[in-house]
Amino acid sequence: MSLSSKDLLGIKGMSPEEIRLVLDTAASFKDVSERDIKKVPALRGKTVINLFYEPSTRTRTSFELAGKRLSADVLNISTTTSSVVKGETLLDTARNIEAMKCDVLILRHPCSGAPAFLASRLKSSVINAGDGFHEHPTQALLDLFTIREKLGTIEGRTVAIVGDIAHSRVARSNIYGLTALGARVRVCGPATMIPYGIEQSGVEVFYDADRAVDGVDVIMTLRLQLERQAAGLFPGVREYARLYGLNRDRLSRAGKNAMVMHPGPMNRGVEISSDVADSSSVILDQVTNGVAVRMAIMFLLSGGAKAEAS
Amino acid sequence: MNILIKNGHVVDPANKVDEKLDILISGNRIAGIGKPGSIGSEGAQVMDASGKVVVPGLIDMHVHLREPGYEYKENIATGTAAAKAGGFTSLCCMPNTNPVNDTGSVTEFILSQAAKSGSARVYPVGAVTKGSKGEELAEMGELHGSGCVAVSDDGRPVMNGAIMRRAMEYSKIFGIPVLSHCEDANLSAKGVMNEGALSTELGLRGIPSAAEDSMTARDIFLAELTGCRLHLCHVSTKGAVALIREAKARGLAVTAETCPHYFTLTDEAVRGYNTMAKMNPPLRTAEDVQAIKEGLRDGTIDVIATDHAPHGMDEKTVEFEYAPFGIVGLETALGLSLRLVQEGVLSLTDLVRKMSLNPAVILKINRGTLSSGAEADITIIDPDLEWTVDAAVFKSRSRNTPFDGWKLKGRAVQTIMGGRV
Amino acid sequence: MTMNEKALILDKSGIDRALTRISHEILEKNRGAKSIALVGIQKGGVHLAGRLAAKIREIEGVDIPVGSLDITMYRDDLGTRKSQPVPKATDISFDVQDRVIVLVDDVLFTGRTIRAALNSIMDYGRPMRIQLAVLVDRGHRELPIRADFVGKNLPTSSKEKVKVLLAEDGEEEKVVILAE
Repeated sequence: MSLSSKDLLGIKGMSPEEIRLVLDTAASFKDVSERDIKKVPALRGKTVINLFYEPSTRTRTSFELAGKRLSADVLNISTTTSSVVKGETLLDTARNIEAMKCDVLILRHPCSGAPAFLASRLKSSVINAGDGFHEHPTQALLDLFTIREKLGTIEGRTVAIVGDIAHSRVARSNIYGLTALGARVRVCGPATMIPYGIEQSGVEVFYDADRAVDGVDVIMTLRLQLERQAAGLFPGVREYARLYGLNRDRLSRAGKNAMVMHPGPMNRGVEISSDVADSSSVILDQVTNGVAVRMAIMFLLSGGAKAEAS
Repeated sequence: MNILIKNGHVVDPANKVDEKLDILISGNRIAGIGKPGSIGSEGAQVMDASGKVVVPGLIDMHVHLREPGYEYKENIATGTAAAKAGGFTSLCCMPNTNPVNDTGSVTEFILSQAAKSGSARVYPVGAVTKGSKGEELAEMGELHGSGCVAVSDDGRPVMNGAIMRRAMEYSKIFGIPVLSHCEDANLSAKGVMNEGALSTELGLRGIPSAAEDSMTARDIFLAELTGCRLHLCHVSTKGAVALIREAKARGLAVTAETCPHYFTLTDEAVRGYNTMAKMNPPLRTAEDVQAIKEGLRDGTIDVIATDHAPHGMDEKTVEFEYAPFGIVGLETALGLSLRLVQEGVLSLTDLVRKMSLNPAVILKINRGTLSSGAEADITIIDPDLEWTVDAAVFKSRSRNTPFDGWKLKGRAVQTIMGGRV
Repeated sequence: MTMNEKALILDKSGIDRALTRISHEILEKNRGAKSIALVGIQKGGVHLAGRLAAKIREIEGVDIPVGSLDITMYRDDLGTRKSQPVPKATDISFDVQDRVIVLVDDVLFTGRTIRAALNSIMDYGRPMRIQLAVLVDRGHRELPIRADFVGKNLPTSSKEKVKVLLAEDGEEEKVVILAE
């Protein structure tokens, strides 16, 4: 079996079998990172380009390591060009990169749909490394991988995603992935941060964090973008931390041994208290697994699926 | 030179005509209209209109011709050529050019360009406020004197209610309508599509219906306060239709238009980040489409206009958020609107009323009829002609349409302006 | 294209005899079991490595380390195949440094799998020596690779397929040649 698309644009549209294929493949690649020689020649001679229109250290580094551990040549292009500055268009930039014979293009972009826009116009595989509020598929895959690794199964688990759901691509991708694999998903946040019609994706909506985490197996806390305060989405950090922050007390309402996850980077003392982050979370496992999942994705996309798509 | 249009099915709502008649054009005027064979045709060029529908020249009261300033998108020559191709003999051009049409000199420039190269009659719409900035009133007296038939800050809604109130009061001096683009810019903020389950899925910022509804309500109340003739542009929501219906029931001088895309497409057209489906107001839901059709059917919505908004292909071939709002419409409007007749939403007479007579009445221009003695602006429609929209052959300079490749039934086969074919 | 069984090469007892002989040869060549480790190549070699270890235990009375190796990430045909192979488990839980590694596979054919296995095992450390044991050597080498221990040398046509069926996979145990 292989992935049906040459690109990874989102979790939505992936079948449960495809998701499992990625997770299974990632398990093998995780072993590579555990060795002294953390490198296999699977993508030798391939060129992987990280094209980042938003600052990101973690995701870019993770993709870069993943590519290098597969023996690909990895290049990073970071640009902070905003829409206001009339620079080169995204399409022109991408076409120039492709003309230099790039095999995999990893795109992080503030606009939802930018990876889809390029994928339909390029022969290279495009991997969405986060687009606007749309999706961040590799983050969800590494979260799924981590849950499966720690809990054995995903099916039948209850997961609470707490925070700014409206502006979170991580939340969307996880909702699609978790529900595809049979988990029950609760989303919780201030009503200003719950997007219209989210319940149509099969989740239960909560405004009360204590109720949302009650008895769950996994809690994912999302990073609060502090600048949203100016847009009137929450009145202040103090109230947000009190109502939605994950602390010991709130965590005690979740199931025994509940997993705590965070996509990073954390605002300590806002969405997550330091003691929870440091003692009860699997945040660093998520980071480790991120490399393995991204290796699996690059490996799977640079194989047969691409030949079939062209 | 005389032209005799024979055996056409003439639809002329102003004269309650809906039957097979012959029309004689003499020079630039309609010289006679009568039963088939009743008008002598000596020396006239005979145009056989059997099986065709003959209607007063269509009038599009909402067009962006882009000249001056954005001639790479469209100019007056190409825009009016597109109008003619689509069956329109007259159009209103919105003031959001560069410079904005907020002074008589810009109006006069537009009119002189139209006189030189226009394939359709051009009626300029002046700005409500200077530079359409929403701060100080534009000199409506000069604009009206130079030929503007209405005022509007289309595309840049007047957010300050007090300014809008004064604009409405001031417009009464000249008896011209205020064409209002109803949008609460704070509510729509950076939105790029309809706010709904799909905007959530696509991760695109939404524009709630409330942004249009609340401003529609404000403007209706201001129209009541001021007694101004208010015309609501490109109505797209169920809520706005209800507000207008209620305002009309109260006898207010409020009229409204919608555009073919609002009764043809829903926000689903955006799926895949299709920038050709990005316009403002945004495509709404199936429920809204139904309400728009009902509003057209029961007369709440008086006019079908295009909001023809040409943009270069490079401008649309970008990230969805960065693409400009708007689509071209002049060359697809009639074909799409005829679907309403085919579906039984509108009679042919009602369609002609909304695409010709009503705009003429609202704008107080002496058009939209086939009365004997009127200027011969006539559109001949083949209602059965099946055709495929091909943006590549548009007369417009731009090709930004979501309807490329659509199969439509019925189109204008002859557009006659002032007796000229 | 369906392949039919053309000839039976080894039956259950034939396979067992071949493995017994290979076990003796491994011990003989390496003068006992000291510092030997067996590494079965996924997927056909893994069960065979286990069996060889059991036989060596019978003969010498010692347990030698056994590992499994998946060579997917080291293949030379990635990207040219129709679909990407899914890697199976690699389990090398002993230090390969200064050991004699005996790679075990079911069929030796082009030699490309062994090339990949050699590269792969080197990434786990520096073995003292690497040897190769195969149940069947069917010829048609594309690389200069030869086996140290061979259960059965089998001349084949390149269009034929050699299949090793083992009880561990729920099959009736045998080695057969398949042809169109």
